[in-house]
Amino acid sequence: MQASIMATDPTIAILSGKGGTGKTLLSVNLSSVAAMATYIDCDVEEPNGNLFFKPSREFEKLVTVKKPVVDETLCDGCHKCVDFCAFNALALIGKRLMIFDEICHSCGGCIYVCPQKALSESERPIGEMSIGHSGSVRCISGTMNIGESSGVPIIEALLKHKDGNLTIIDAPPGSSCLVTESIRLADFCILVAEPTIFGSHNLAMVHQLVTLLGKKHAVVLNKTLEGVNPSEEYCKKNNIPILGNIPFDKRLGKMNSEGRIAAREDAHYHKLFSAILEKALKEVSDETAADPQR
Amino acid sequence: MILAIPSDKESLDSAICVSFGRAPFYCLFNTEEQQNSFLVNSAAESPGGAGIKAAQLLVDNKADLLITFRCGENAAKVLEPAGVKLFKALNLSVADNISAHQQNKLEPLQEVHAGFHHGH
Amino acid sequence: MKQLLILSGKGGTGKTTIASAFIKLAQAKAYADCDVDAPNLHLVMHPFPQEKASDYHGLDKAVINAEACTNCGICLDACRFHAIEKHETSHTVDPIACEGCTLCAYLCPQQAITMEKAKAGELKLFSNGDEHFSTATLLMGSGTTGMLVTKVKEQLKQVSDATEFAIIDGSPGIGCPVIASLTGVDLALIVAEPSVSGISDMKRIIETSAKLGVTIAVCVNKSDTNDELSSRIETFCWKEGIFFAGRIPFDPMAVRAVNEGKSVIEYSCDSGTAVRQVYDKTLQMLKETIRR
Repeated sequence: MQASIMATDPTIAILSGKGGTGKTLLSVNLSSVAAMATYIDCDVEEPNGNLFFKPSREFEKLVTVKKPVVDETLCDGCHKCVDFCAFNALALIGKRLMIFDEICHSCGGCIYVCPQKALSESERPIGEMSIGHSGSVRCISGTMNIGESSGVPIIEALLKHKDGNLTIIDAPPGSSCLVTESIRLADFCILVAEPTIFGSHNLAMVHQLVTLLGKKHAVVLNKTLEGVNPSEEYCKKNNIPILGNIPFDKRLGKMNSEGRIAAREDAHYHKLFSAILEKALKEVSDETAADPQR
Repeated sequence: MILAIPSDKESLDSAICVSFGRAPFYCLFNTEEQQNSFLVNSAAESPGGAGIKAAQLLVDNKADLLITFRCGENAAKVLEPAGVKLFKALNLSVADNISAHQQNKLEPLQEVHAGFHHGH
Repeated sequence: MKQLLILSGKGGTGKTTIASAFIKLAQAKAYADCDVDAPNLHLVMHPFPQEKASDYHGLDKAVINAEACTNCGICLDACRFHAIEKHETSHTVDPIACEGCTLCAYLCPQQAITMEKAKAGELKLFSNGDEHFSTATLLMGSGTTGMLVTKVKEQLKQVSDATEFAIIDGSPGIGCPVIASLTGVDLALIVAEPSVSGISDMKRIIETSAKLGVTIAVCVNKSDTNDELSSRIETFCWKEGIFFAGRIPFDPMAVRAVNEGKSVIEYSCDSGTAVRQVYDKTLQMLKETIRR
């Protein structure tokens, strides 16, 4: 596989196997120390980035997906669409077709299947997105409506607005389809890990994911304390480069809990996160970085 | 009329299944002919929309009445316009619930619980 | 079997640490880890002599028979999930992206596409006499389905129905797996974090739980990392009529305990004492909820 040619600035995704490890802390602060960056919050179930950036709201829009609509004058109750739907989003009572929007995955199949051409599609909202600025950072964020079957279309909508700037993607926790969609366009992944066995266990899972998807990656250790760090041990054992470590720090924790961007308020943290960003950018362009394609 | 009862096993002495949509079988009992049959529930293994598919199955099999412990909101949305009446099951066998119904001892099912996916 | 679910909206609030402490305090004989995306509870539970594993299959996924494929591209045009790729002599399906809608199989003029069983995860049941622990893992890239969570709970219920009381470690977020873990539960204890993110996420999970008609209680973990926000959470609960089960301070002992595969209540420390108090209050609330 050919090495990616950086015609634009890189796109870096920040992930962790579990929540609460510091993905948003890192994403928000790395975006803030760059000369110019675009921050995309792909955790559409529980988006937090805007609590820190409080960006100007320049652009807002509902995110919609296509859902089927039936023309009752054409429907003859043949049952073919109900039988076809793999997600069970359709039900027929006599000649009345019921469509369950939140269960529908918008595959468009029922439209093809209907012999009477009674089905067509219309756009229905499943969430919303907004774009704005906070200082040098362009912020792109989205929220999924409670009860919807999938946040993936919202993530897709956010990624459509990606530009050529250095882009930091704040990914959702875990390794589900929400994560794989969020990191699809990433040139590089930073895995954030806590110094607990929960942290190292989940680091292993997300490491497996980025390896499977062929993404170059490195680790940042967060909330580090004295003593053995199971996540650090994992990195050493698996030859994963460590970009830096953020020591457990009550002050940093408090600022973060209040939605304050540490790198913007304190030179010490600005320096800490700048060093991590610099190392990350070097790894992205470095031939010897952890690249599963080799 | 045709009664539908979600059951754990394919027999009249089976317990009623706690779930409606994912019950392995439905007992269909024709009160006029006093005949029973068991339907395999194809919805049981559906990752999503099981209640809807199960309700559709009962509607297609012309059930008039459903005796169950619980029913989700989505399934109810299908059963109600189809005219299927919902009754609360007793913690007894399928056969005992059928007799209870024949003796008018069953109460209508009052609460329908919110589905896994629900509207606003 | 009564069910107590431990939830958070946000990850990393300490849900699993608290769940494991509760399990020890209750000497629970039935418990489950419903965080199928990132299961952690087993890391702090003692090993079990018996283990039963079974495959979980999600929706079938499309597979293209390369020999029958004429490379016409109809499937690629129709697929809404970017799951089809064109190659030199045939098209292929990416099983991670495929959502199993069957449209490509329906449209293929050569009937070259079939739907095949796809393993989406694995269910595990650990047993030690009458003590049972049910959990599962979702394979990476899989859809966030509630069905696997439902199976984890069902599996436990099947073996432990006679047990009085089960403790369930839930998953973060507000999606289908969380909704599936909430159904049929008697009380959901939400573990909140005193941060603006934590409060925002807590509100979303409260809204989700309320929609399902589940009784809720809230506790604040790592409360001393921001006392002001902890008080804000307590006030919010009081205003909304939500039972507040208490505060647990941050404690490096908790980290140590977890790393040694033990529970925080096995050490004499502040957080251990606080967890016990939250446990007592939660249990009291659970009993009251059942009585109602």
